[in-house]
Amino acid sequence: MAPTARPTVAQPMSPHLQIYRWTWTMAMSVFHRVTGTALYGGTALVAIWLVALASGPVAYSYVAGFFGSLIGRLILFVYTWILMHHMLGGLRHLAWDFGIGFDREKRLAMSRLTLIGSTALTIVIWAVALLVR
Amino acid sequence: MAKEQVRQDTSVSIRTPRARVAGLGVAHHGVGHWWLQRITAVTNTVLMLSFVVIIARMAGKGYADAVHVVANPFVSIILILAFFSVTLHMRIGMQVVIEDYVHAQATKIVAVFANNVYAVLVAVACVYAVLRIGFGQPA
Repeated sequence: MAPTARPTVAQPMSPHLQIYRWTWTMAMSVFHRVTGTALYGGTALVAIWLVALASGPVAYSYVAGFFGSLIGRLILFVYTWILMHHMLGGLRHLAWDFGIGFDREKRLAMSRLTLIGSTALTIVIWAVALLVR
Repeated sequence: MAKEQVRQDTSVSIRTPRARVAGLGVAHHGVGHWWLQRITAVTNTVLMLSFVVIIARMAGKGYADAVHVVANPFVSIILILAFFSVTLHMRIGMQVVIEDYVHAQATKIVAVFANNVYAVLVAVACVYAVLRIGFGQPA
């Protein structure tokens, strides 16, 4: 069959993010994808750290020095928060996969809990890590 | 009539019984990725919480202590499991993001290929490092 010319009529497009009024569920859904992407890049940091540890004390001292610095600690703190946020967001999506928590109050509470819970967990993890050492 | 019978009746649905058994749909990949993403999500929660505890215990310690922690068999096994689970999960996750936003076919193929290379690279580097530390052969 010969290829037909594409219609020149402007096709209606589905509006993108900026059109919609932001809601908690939408914000947390977008943020779930953003945090997932950040964690994706962050695994390179884990790989660099472990390969340095396997390479010996000199290589490890450079990497440990970086992660121990102010910028390094800030990166690790934000990384912890992003990890906790993505984890709680994932659990929320798992609950929804099972059809749990779809009524208005519950889905709003679950979305807010993702942000509050991830912040609380991050602070607890860092407080315990700093106190135990 | 029961739901299952309606689905198998080809006068109601054009899907053949064979297509239903194969379960692959129009993309020929089925729900494998979707399911693996949920499975690894569950294993990630357990393994990454363990990972955080392991890292927190090593915070601020020197080279010898760090090697000692990672060389512990339980820690090594948890770390290796975590890397398999995480790299599988992130590989699928990024592929979904690429397929959602990259529409040019050539760019999409290159991006998905690069995604696979990155995931395998991270997995091999992390697992190799843990095994080397665990078997006591750091250079």
